Amino acid sequence: MKFLYLVAGNLKRKKLRTLLTLLSIAVAFFLFGLLCALKEALAGGVSMAGADRLVTRHKVSIIQMIPISYRTRINGIPGVTAVAAQTWFGGVYQDPKNFFPSIPVEPSDFLDMFPEFVLPEAQRKAWLATRTGAIVGRTTADRFHWKVGDRIPLRSPIWRRDGGNDAWEFDLVGIYEGAKKGTDTSQFFFRYDYFDEGRAFGKGTISWFTIRVKDPAEADHLAARVDQEFVNSANETKTEPEGAFAQGFAQQVGDIGTIVTGILSAVFFTILLVSGNTIAQSVRERTEELGVLKALGFPNGLILGLVLAESCLIAGIGGLLGLGGALAMTAGGSPAPSLLPTFYIPPHNIIVGVALVVGLGLATGVIPAVQAMRLGVAEALRRQG
Amino acid sequence: MLNWFIQVFAITAANLRTLPQRRGAAVAAAVGIAGVVTVLVGVLSIAEGFKRAMTVSGAQDVALVLRSGSDSEMTSGLTRDDTRTIADAPGLARNAEGPLASPELFVIINLPKRSTGTDANIPLRGVSPAAYAVRGNVKIVEGRTFTAGRNEVVVGAGAARQFAGLDLGKTFRVGQNEWAIVGIFTADGGVAESEIWADAAVLQPAYHRGDTYQAVYAKLNTPDAFRQFSDGLTSNPRLSTKVIRQADYYAEQSTSVTSFIKGLGVVIAGLMALGALFGALNTMYSSVSARTREIATLRALGFGSGPVVVSVLLESLVLALVGGAIGAVLAYVAFDGFTTSTINWQTFSQVAFAFRVSPQLLIRAIVWAAFIGIFGGLFPAIHAARIPIAAALRAT
Repeated sequence: MKFLYLVAGNLKRKKLRTLLTLLSIAVAFFLFGLLCALKEALAGGVSMAGADRLVTRHKVSIIQMIPISYRTRINGIPGVTAVAAQTWFGGVYQDPKNFFPSIPVEPSDFLDMFPEFVLPEAQRKAWLATRTGAIVGRTTADRFHWKVGDRIPLRSPIWRRDGGNDAWEFDLVGIYEGAKKGTDTSQFFFRYDYFDEGRAFGKGTISWFTIRVKDPAEADHLAARVDQEFVNSANETKTEPEGAFAQGFAQQVGDIGTIVTGILSAVFFTILLVSGNTIAQSVRERTEELGVLKALGFPNGLILGLVLAESCLIAGIGGLLGLGGALAMTAGGSPAPSLLPTFYIPPHNIIVGVALVVGLGLATGVIPAVQAMRLGVAEALRRQG
Repeated sequence: MLNWFIQVFAITAANLRTLPQRRGAAVAAAVGIAGVVTVLVGVLSIAEGFKRAMTVSGAQDVALVLRSGSDSEMTSGLTRDDTRTIADAPGLARNAEGPLASPELFVIINLPKRSTGTDANIPLRGVSPAAYAVRGNVKIVEGRTFTAGRNEVVVGAGAARQFAGLDLGKTFRVGQNEWAIVGIFTADGGVAESEIWADAAVLQPAYHRGDTYQAVYAKLNTPDAFRQFSDGLTSNPRLSTKVIRQADYYAEQSTSVTSFIKGLGVVIAGLMALGALFGALNTMYSSVSARTREIATLRALGFGSGPVVVSVLLESLVLALVGGAIGAVLAYVAFDGFTTSTINWQTFSQVAFAFRVSPQLLIRAIVWAAFIGIFGGLFPAIHAARIPIAAALRAT
């Protein structure tokens, strides 16, 4: 304990330098936190995908529609336990900048398929009972200050109603929460029957099916089996595991995501290098004093410990400050909800961050400390700064 | 006054000459600032490149006619009668073959990216014979154009580069149809280069579109004729259309991606700049404290405090500019012309583009570097000027 006083004394002797170093380490780890959140957001929910779910879409591209009647045939395939249909509605709330996904679904099929959307039982019942009913996730509800009972008007540039009108109205009957931290709660779901009856064209068609399979190990085999079912029909399908589908979607953003995260990593390590150098420098400057300590009889191990304690303390305070700041910032939700529906730091990344903090403290302290340890007392005392 | 400049020059020269003795700290500061510049230029060059691809092809004298209420070609729909009425509208340019109006179809197909092998949404456009004359910048650089009525396509140079299987002479299959690639075209690096073009009349039955189109591209007599053209269409009771200049249409489509990347770039570079500023401050403080005695000696010899301040600032600025220049060169080499593709959410389809490090971007980054240098040097400079002479001379 008495040595802590010595460590604190060393840190305090150039207060400004200590403070600046601390702050730059904090900045580095703040960036690290943002990097992790951004990476997770760009991965587009791949880590949230269900292993026992497949996605079936039109083979040509997702904008081609497939008949909802395919559901019966898919359901008949052995190994398939449930099928839920979804359609891209492209709804615009007031202004295109307010983008969030809006999707017509069949409520009970849908909620059974996606247990990650948690809806109170009373709201579920209300949805099943209300034709014009819709539910929305917490993120979007908070973004526009919606509450249950509100009437939500959406305009769809794709789906016009009978009579050429493109304005649709929905009654908000429920707000769902995400079961896990990374669950995307930006989407708006409403009833397929209301949608199908109202649309002017394309009746009886949907954009994609989500399929649940009994055994995840059979997923690839069943995906091929589903496509086989519709081969040579007017609407050939492409079926893949939900994870692959999400990943394919994320890949469409392409190299940009990789490049931005690459740049961020480079930034992180540059700052670490620069501030690490400063810490090491401040120890090197005191070689002479370390010599004095040795002359006083301080054992080598203790000197190593003192120097490491100092560098770890700086790295620790700075790093935790930065990580804490990043956590606080991401807790406020996504800065660009239309483009990145989820924005959070996955827990395993926080562990990596803490490990990096410790690593930084050890790495910056160890070289000058070992040098100091090896130094003969007489030589250290002769040295100037 | 002259004396003042001589003093500044003398101290600054001495400072810079002794820089190699403080190599570690100086390099650390310069590296930090080089990093800021690289990051800023690197990230913003993505936004610049994307924006350029989206806007270079947007001519002021080309108008796009969509169904009213639609926000892109993708969601629009027009009948053949509509397109005929549009082709007769006032203000439209004509050539020997008739009015310069091209009714077009816009669909999306899935083909794998060359880089990852994963499916990407690629725009397949059905065009009419007037399409080339309307755009004016589309050139077939290899092969020939498609023959009307046949399952042939020409592929944009960007699409050919990014997506697998789009090579001249090859064929690809979409649904029940086989398409032969007979030519490669360029469009000044614009967004059209990301597309595949086919005869609209062939694409209609292949996509069960009957006799409908999605948009009409129309060349105007002059850019000013837009008003006349637009009024003529919107006041026509038989039509329900929306008329936009091509330039505005593409500029609007590029804003969401561009402003997102720009925002991201400025935030990252701003944080990095903060880190670099702390680094520069550290360097300059230690540089000043290492020379406490020298500075005191100069002051004792009669040098003013002004020159001392300016010289420290200059030293910091030089370090920052050297760092900035290194960063700028690095960013230019690494990012300029790098080709990639990303998704344009408005049309749900891929846009191939090249990163672009513009001179303005480089200047902006160097200005950032200069600011970091000045702020990093300011407080240490004031500190240096305030050193009590007698005490500093006695110090060891």
